[in-house]
Amino acid sequence: MAASLYAADPPETLRTVELEGLTLLYHRPSGLTHFLAPPAPQILEALAAGPATAAEIAARMGEAFEIESEDPAAAIAARLSELEAAGLVWRT
Amino acid sequence: MRHILRLQVGPVSFRIGSQWRGPVEQLRRLYAGYPEPEGLCDFTVRLEAERFWRRWLRPSVAIRGDYVLPDAAPLPLAQGLLAAEMGMNLQMALGQKRFLLLHAASVEKGGRALLMTGHSGAGKSTLGALLGERGWRFMGDEFALLDLDDGRLHPFPRAVSLKNESLGLFDGMDPARLGPVLTGTPKGTIRHLRPNPEAVARMTEPARPVLILFPRFGRDLEPAIREVGAAEAFMRLTQASTNYVALGERGFDALTRFVGALPSRAIDYADTGQAEALVDELWRAA
Amino acid sequence: MRDSRLLARLLADPAAAREVQDWTSLIAVARAESLAGSLAWRLEGRELPPRVEALLEAARRDGESARVQALWEAEMARRALAPLGVPVILLKGTAYAAAGLEAARGRSIGDLDILVPRAALPDVERALLAAGWEWVKEDPYDDQYYRRWMHELPPLIHRERDRMIDVHHAILPLTARPKPDMERMIGDPVPLADGLFVLSPADMIVHAAAHLFADGDLAGGLRNLWDIDRLLRQFGERDSGFWPALRERSQRHGLLPAVRRAVRLARHLYATPINWCQAPISKSLDSQGTASEKIGARHQLTATDALYRRRLLARDGWGRARRPLTRLAFYVRSHWLRMPPLMLARHLWVKARRR
Repeated sequence: MAASLYAADPPETLRTVELEGLTLLYHRPSGLTHFLAPPAPQILEALAAGPATAAEIAARMGEAFEIESEDPAAAIAARLSELEAAGLVWRT
Repeated sequence: MRHILRLQVGPVSFRIGSQWRGPVEQLRRLYAGYPEPEGLCDFTVRLEAERFWRRWLRPSVAIRGDYVLPDAAPLPLAQGLLAAEMGMNLQMALGQKRFLLLHAASVEKGGRALLMTGHSGAGKSTLGALLGERGWRFMGDEFALLDLDDGRLHPFPRAVSLKNESLGLFDGMDPARLGPVLTGTPKGTIRHLRPNPEAVARMTEPARPVLILFPRFGRDLEPAIREVGAAEAFMRLTQASTNYVALGERGFDALTRFVGALPSRAIDYADTGQAEALVDELWRAA
Repeated sequence: MRDSRLLARLLADPAAAREVQDWTSLIAVARAESLAGSLAWRLEGRELPPRVEALLEAARRDGESARVQALWEAEMARRALAPLGVPVILLKGTAYAAAGLEAARGRSIGDLDILVPRAALPDVERALLAAGWEWVKEDPYDDQYYRRWMHELPPLIHRERDRMIDVHHAILPLTARPKPDMERMIGDPVPLADGLFVLSPADMIVHAAAHLFADGDLAGGLRNLWDIDRLLRQFGERDSGFWPALRERSQRHGLLPAVRRAVRLARHLYATPINWCQAPISKSLDSQGTASEKIGARHQLTATDALYRRRLLARDGWGRARRPLTRLAFYVRSHWLRMPPLMLARHLWVKARRR
């Protein structure tokens, strides 16, 4: 079974402000404001290059950001699930 | 609507209509000296009987207007003044879209403003009113109006609602500034205090905010000052705003600039003397 | 201000704004009728007193914010329901906004209303509950009543976003007398770019008229009629086949009387151009030598129309609903329309006992 492809809105639809390590994100398509902690903002940045599976996202992130977890894939999957519920990410 | 009052408070004007004479007369006395708006009133408040017989039989006042809360309970006629105040608050909370509304007290000194925010009962209202009598210019105790374009705070000096124990702190006031004692209200015993003449005279002068405070009053508390991070301040301020979401990106920009540029501090105090001392200390550093 | 006719006149003819004396009352009426945003757009660009302009500008921005939030709800519903492969048809304000119609300009939008095939209801319900929506009320009688007789599921609200969704499977309750052809309505939708649908133009008008006259007690009627005016104008202008299609669909759904009444009242209040005959409206010179439209007998208001008009305009300058007896009559009528007398009696009995 093929892994799900995740997608996010392009960066120009997001307005972000960094405050003490937290990212405040204004999502223009919904008008909603979200508080994101790493690695969520990095996941969104990774998706700016186009839709990707969880593994591909981890790879894109691996270069720029170290995921501190015993199971990076599971950590990313959990964050993706939260981002999906928040409407910031969807599966195509 | 047989009894009508038009009232200007800072940049906002109200048209208040009532089926009973009492509440409007009390309101007129409480807001003596306030300007009457010319032309358009921003919001309409109506004090009316829920059922037509409630106008005379155990009269109770339903709070209505441009914006309503569908299941709001009516108040007895004796608390009609409170109903009018709640009606004005409701219009602001649901209908104000020109400014970012923060549930906060604000005072000004030397052209710079101090914002105090927190839950009901945390003490911001009383503290704001007290500072207004001790060398600060009172700008408001319920709502602070943040300008979406230039980040200044606009005054909104409504009558201060003093509850229970706080009443004692204002014993030396000019009695003409005090409204009637209202007992048995949903918040206990309440009395309204008109802001002092300086606050009224300068109600159209905005001020640049320089400090955000989260005051916490408690008889058992040790006086203390804590730093509050900008992210936490942002979160608490969105919770304290009724119109943040409706204002969209402009609201986001105004609020992020606000917390990003200003220091935020939490203060604990057990009496007003301590509160004043803490505020003075922080103000000198701001 | 005794009633809301000045508001209707301003919407139809924004140039009349220079005659307005009492803006506070006019705004109170507009807000009470959920037409403040629409009015603000109609008056855009006109020279107005500065404070009025500031208030209307805030209303326009607010309408824009409401539009974004409404379309987002539609998008989240689309994501939750896409795997089902079922057509999801947007209704009312969200539909007008999603389709980019004039009727959406400044319109206040409350809940999300969608229409799905009745057979798909269990799957739709399951998918929405799984995606974060939950029931608003936990009342077995209401629930049982809803599911058996109503044209929609009991209301759902999203637990994070706090916004409601109404899932319809028909446009009228099953107990109402007209029986619209839901298969045709759901079978002929207009696709949007993102995979959602809206009703065909004729069906949109039929739905609006049904909602206005065959289901409700006319609260908010002035706004619904404004929707109908905007839709009729836009559809009529862009498609010469629209009016014949409207007649045909109205007949098919058993709602031609309701649609014709809606059209007459829209014309009366908002000067909507009518074109049932697809013939140019004959112009004749009156005694002063000015051209005027010759209004056919069937466009004039009937005696019953006048009662509707009375109900529609029952709002005073303080925003209060007026004409209590007229309103009561329409309220009783709305229940009467929704269900047969015996059912109505039982229903009111159960409700009364529960108080």
